Amino acid sequence: MSVVTLTIDEKIVSAQEGQTLLDVARENAIDIPTLCHLDGVSEAAACRLCLVEVVGTSRLLPACVTRAAEGMVVHTTTPKLVEYRRMILELFFTERNHVCSVCVANSACELQALAASQGMIHVRLDYLHPHLPVDTSHQQFGIDHNRCILCTRCVRACDEIEGAHTWDVAGRGIHSRVITDLAQPWGEATSCTSCGKCVQACPTGALFRQGSTVAEMQKDREQLAFLVRARKEKQWIS
Amino acid sequence: MDKLKFATVWLGGCSGCHMSFLDLDEWLIELADRVELVYSPLMDAKKFPEDVDVVLVEGAVANQENEEMAHRLRKASRYVIAFGDCAVTGNVTALRNPLGLALEVLRPVYLENGDANPRLPDEKGIVPVLLDRVLPLHQVIPVDCYLPGCPPDAPRIRAVLQDLLDGKVPQLSVEQRYFG
Ligand code: SF4
Ligand code: SF4
Ligand code: FES
Repeated sequence: MSVVTLTIDEKIVSAQEGQTLLDVARENAIDIPTLCHLDGVSEAAACRLCLVEVVGTSRLLPACVTRAAEGMVVHTTTPKLVEYRRMILELFFTERNHVCSVCVANSACELQALAASQGMIHVRLDYLHPHLPVDTSHQQFGIDHNRCILCTRCVRACDEIEGAHTWDVAGRGIHSRVITDLAQPWGEATSCTSCGKCVQACPTGALFRQGSTVAEMQKDREQLAFLVRARKEKQWIS
Repeated sequence: MDKLKFATVWLGGCSGCHMSFLDLDEWLIELADRVELVYSPLMDAKKFPEDVDVVLVEGAVANQENEEMAHRLRKASRYVIAFGDCAVTGNVTALRNPLGLALEVLRPVYLENGDANPRLPDEKGIVPVLLDRVLPLHQVIPVDCYLPGCPPDAPRIRAVLQDLLDGKVPQLSVEQRYFG
């Protein structure tokens, strides 16, 4: 594979051809915020938090699926991007019901952490406050749709790592919802192996272990990347 | 230098933010040297004064009384701080919003599950009328500063007040900006 040279935030970096901008940035300690990206599974480019500006392109491009190319000039934190990221976060907070103070994922949530790091200190838009269900029919786990941001990390982890494909997304636009099997209660989804990978993959408090109360749902996301690495590279020690 | 006229207000919240304010412990003595407390649930003052420099507002806007108070304090204050998650986002106070408008929330509680004489709490002039939707403070009045947290811990409160005392625009660190 050939090596390309590009510039990210005034820094000249080299990359393998075909590597994503997100990958290259992280290798070079340049922080690009992400939510739907999860090490170990494919990209969905669903959250748009990783948008970057590439000189010569008027569109903003998601760094998680944009390939590094020779001579590219990339900016990751222009005022426009900062404002867009803040707006994206506000949309997440208004679309469902996020009440961090009483959430299982409080202090272990990627959405909550991003709001703080990206300066989303209040929400300028109106909250929609939809009425959404919580499914606790599974013996060990539960899903609270109030907290789901539709990143599809659970869908990809279940499909690609566990090979069960219990999860999928049904509906369109604002009515989209993650479902188990054919939109049955999770406890009746026979394809579910109860491995819990989706729970670990979920960036928010949407998927949780039953019995967790406020701030108890700590997640181990590295575990998934470790599993994938172990299988692919036969590397069983992290 | 004249002392800053300082007030705190309690709208639709649990008073936890005010408890956290008391957690400032001995720094309160220092604060008392620099500000004059003119209105607060922690003191005996009946009316919100005409002229206030800085006001901490705890709680969301949940009923008509909260709404009137919000407008009154805005008119009389130079610098309004949304104090804690309920003021900033609606938080726990707004948990009722997904369940429907005021009547849809009151009905199951007071009528369907009320005991001997089920009736809605509607004593005019005594029980404030609920708004259909609980609102964060900035959706009712303009807010100058946001101090999140449920409750905001004492160091956060101190950081904001210290900056104001020093004549600076308050800046919270990333750790101090977390909701919850
Ligand atoms: S999922 Fe995250 S952002 Fe949403 S309420 Fe829970 S902690 Fe807050
Ligand atoms: S349940 Fe969690 S992992 Fe799945 S889409 Fe929702 S937020 Fe993402
Ligand atoms: S991380 Fe790239 S779009 Fe979500």
